Formats: sequence, structure tokens, C-alpha cells
Amino acid sequence: MPSYPEYDYVIIGSGPAGMAAAVTARQQGLSVLVLDEQPAVGGQIYRNLEALESDRPDEFRKLGAEYQTASELVRAFRQSGAEHLRGRSVWQIDPDLTIRHLGLVDSGTTVPSGCRAKRLLIAIGAMERPMPLPGWTLPGVMACTAADVLYKSSGLLPSGQVVLAGSGPLLLLIACRLLDAGVSIGAFLDTNPRGSLLKALPLLPDALKAAGYLTKGAGMLWKLYTSGIPVHSGVDGLEAVGDEQVKKVRFRKEGQWHEVETDLFLLHHGVVPNVQITRQLGCEHRWYEPQRYWEPVLDEWGNTTLDNVAVAGDCGRVCGAAVSELSGHLAALETARALGRLSPTGRDAAAAPFRTQLARQKAVRPFLDALFAPAQPWLVPENEDTVVCRCEEVRVRDLRTVVQHGVQGPDRVKSMIRCGMGPCQARMCGLTVSEVIADERQLSPEDVGYFRIRSPIKPVTLAQLAGLD
Amino acid sequence: MFHQPRDPRSPSVPFTFEGQACEATAGQTVAAALMGAGHLTLRESIVSGSPRAAYCMMGVCFECLVEIDGHPNQQACMVLIREGMQIKRQSRPLGE
Repeated sequence: MPSYPEYDYVIIGSGPAGMAAAVTARQQGLSVLVLDEQPAVGGQIYRNLEALESDRPDEFRKLGAEYQTASELVRAFRQSGAEHLRGRSVWQIDPDLTIRHLGLVDSGTTVPSGCRAKRLLIAIGAMERPMPLPGWTLPGVMACTAADVLYKSSGLLPSGQVVLAGSGPLLLLIACRLLDAGVSIGAFLDTNPRGSLLKALPLLPDALKAAGYLTKGAGMLWKLYTSGIPVHSGVDGLEAVGDEQVKKVRFRKEGQWHEVETDLFLLHHGVVPNVQITRQLGCEHRWYEPQRYWEPVLDEWGNTTLDNVAVAGDCGRVCGAAVSELSGHLAALETARALGRLSPTGRDAAAAPFRTQLARQKAVRPFLDALFAPAQPWLVPENEDTVVCRCEEVRVRDLRTVVQHGVQGPDRVKSMIRCGMGPCQARMCGLTVSEVIADERQLSPEDVGYFRIRSPIKPVTLAQLAGLD
Repeated sequence: MFHQPRDPRSPSVPFTFEGQACEATAGQTVAAALMGAGHLTLRESIVSGSPRAAYCMMGVCFECLVEIDGHPNQQACMVLIREGMQIKRQSRPLGE
């Protein structure tokens, strides 16, 4: 066994939650290592923030006030004395909190390494909910945040005509950013079911405590509707059409199919926690019905059901950057208590201001979660030819067939037809597989369960493994 | 399908894709560098051989797997482009 270095606190992810936790933990005198597989700090939301601020200041200013605030957090993180390893992919965590990670090829070494943690914080954020529809594997069909990532981290903008489809605040935000950048948008296809607002209205009064989110949303809607681009609401069917790459989008509205030409088709169906690491570790998860995803079971400090393993940020429940940052501070204070640096009363006193802000920031979530509840056509695709597992090309029809033959859960489906067995390890199909099985068996996905996620959670070659110990 | 509108003051980074000379801007990921150079389709799917391209750009979907300097199955969206990188498309295994 190699002797891996041990830290009081190992944090995976350097988005708002990870950076905040590192800053607070260092203030409490803990030794801290932050691992991130991304090339730069900031997570997805503040991706490439440092380089944007220094090299592309005009574009940085356009990204909004949150970015200015975030740059203070990044500076505090840089000055905190936390060790930071970028470009390291965690592929396995052992029960004794040995964290095994690999370097990406650009770092000059792909040699596996590791570290040991007294306390572990998982702050790996969220991912876009897969939106399976016919043709979604065609080149030119992308998750909508992919366009944002390409712009922020690499300065690329779509050329030709873009079509956006789906629902949720992020889709609006990205549509507005594309409009600002002068990108040609062929259509905005809103798939939010009619009547969603009515269902969410009872939750509005509480949401007004965080009115900033609502005014921002209203501003974005205004911009979209006055921009002159075709906006279609109540879209309940979508197809991407093309041979070598996407050429047009077919969409159904009020029972009629329409077509629009496109060079880039951006999809968005909300955001879900990335539970790959908490699942590999064996933390308990529960079903969150309003947004139809699984989340790790957490206490008020972010502790999971496993000793010394906690979660902060959107990989616990999707609440956005401000809440993530606050939850990172809280998790670090709890770690300081667990390691004897703070008394319970000291921890609570230090946590009080964060908790006040947290209550206010979280107030808008029940309203948003209800307003943008995921829509049935993309939870259980009606077209049985739709590819569910992109890696192994398993379709809705294949899933229904094995369930009709008596298969009851995701793991059996995997061993029968390889669904969820490809390199993405069910990240892109897991939720849909549970939904389709549940639909076929007339149960809730909660009863059907999810794939068992095993190490390695990132591809590692036998040669790399052989050189391990 | 993607272009780089800003004045590229950052140094240009030469690399090859399928043996063809390409240029990227320093700091770009391999996936972005390939898209900026006009290469959208990065591989064939392993079952039907259908064309595939980067989907999520954040390390989740594994659609952008390419061979980099002889290392197969690298996530092009996670790796930064380096001068002289030799990048290859991954095809469906022979005989399937």
C-alpha cells in the first residue's frame, strides 16, 4: 500500500460550496485538500471565472453582479491556504475514506494517486437532467449549459441558427446570454406544461422573501418575449431530425407538428444532483418528488448517513449558487466541531448568520420546483424508439420488453440488456430507466429504485490499476 | 457550428486531429478546440456506429471520448489542449 497523505478535510469540487467550505475550514485551522477534475476553480456556475476576469474583463462584467461577488469568494479561497489539485478525477472512495484519483492526460501524468481524509465533503454539484427524445444523440444536439460552458471557458459562440427547447430558469438565462451575444435564435420552445403557474401559485408568497430571483426571472422573460424571436409555449412533443448532424427540429403544439431548421439544438429539462460519488460510497438516498430525482439523505449540517461523509451544494439538493456557498460554510463548521476544533455552541454561534441567509435564499425553491416540475413527455418518452441509454443504445421499447418479461429493477435491466453499463455509468439514463420501469409496472420510481453505482466511477485502465499499489 | 468571435490575443496552439493540422487558442479544452476547428463529430457509437459529438461539456455524458496521444477514452471536454497533441477519433470496434 502506498502511504497517501492524510488531511483533516478533503473536499471534492471547487464550486461555490467547495470553495466556501475550504475557506471556513482553514479559518478553523484544519488541513484542507480540494480536488477538482475541472481545469479551473469556480464549478460550472462560475466556470473559468479567474481567467475571464483577468483576460476578458468586458465579457466578465456582462455576466452579472453574481460574478463580481463570486470573485471575492475565489480570492478568499486562493488566500485560504487550502491545497488545491485541479484536473484530478476521483474514481473510487474506500470505506476508510481513502480517496483514489487520476490525473487527466493534459497534466502530464495519468498515474493514479490518492489521499486519506478524516472528514470528507462531497461538493460536486449538479448536472442537467437528461431529456431523451428521438434524435437526441445526433451531433448538434446539446445540453443547453454546454453552450454556456463553451462560451465561458473557450470563447466559442454558436454560428448559424440555434433552437432552444425545454423549461427552467437556466434555459431562459442561456437564451438571454445568446441574444446578448447576437446569436441567431430560430425558436424558443417552452415545454413547461400549461397550468404549471397555477399549481405553483400557492407557494408564491413564501418565494417573495427571495424576490431577487423573481425579478431577475421576470426580466429575462421580458427580454425573451420582446426580442422578436418565435416563442412557442405548451410544446409537448420534440424530435431532432438529421443524418450526420441535426438539421431541423420537429415540435408538437396543440396536437399539430411543426418544423424549424437548426444548426444547434439546445435542450434543458432542469438540473438534478450529481449523486455518482454518494452512491458509490453507499450513502442513503431518498426520492424528491417535486423535481423527481434522488438526493442523499442529509441532516441540517449536510452530514450523510455515513460517518464523516458530508455533502454541500447542489449535489445534495439543487438550490443554486448562493445556497451552495452557505451550505459549504455550515458543513465546514460541523467538521471543525467533529474534529474537536469547535464546541457545539461555538459551531452554532458561528453558523447563526449563515443560517439566517440560508432561510431567505431557500425560500424561493418550493415555488421554482413546482413551477418547473419536470414534464412527463421527457420523463417517460412516448416514442418507443427513443434512445434512453446513449452509451449502449438501449431504447424505451427494449426496456419495456424486459420489464414485461418479469425484470423488476434497474440492476437486472443492466445485466440483461447492458443498459447503464457504458462509460457514463448511467449518469445519462439512470433517472429515465427508473421512470420507464416505474411506468411499465405502475409504481413510483421510488419503489423501483436506482442503479447500484460501483467503482470505478471514472474510466481507469488496467495498466493504470496495475501500477496502483 | 461554433466560431470564436473575440480577437484571439491568446497564443495559438497547434495540434492534429486525425493527422490533420489544426489550431486552438490556449486555455481551450480539447472538445472546444475541435469544435472551433470545425470538427463536430468526435466518434462512432459502439453499437450502431452512429455519429456522436460532445453533449454536456461538463464531464457527465462521456460522448466526447477521443484518443489523445495514444491514450484511449479521454473526455475531450475535461482535458486542456496542449501544443502538439495528437487526437484521434474513436471508431466502432472491428467485427461488430
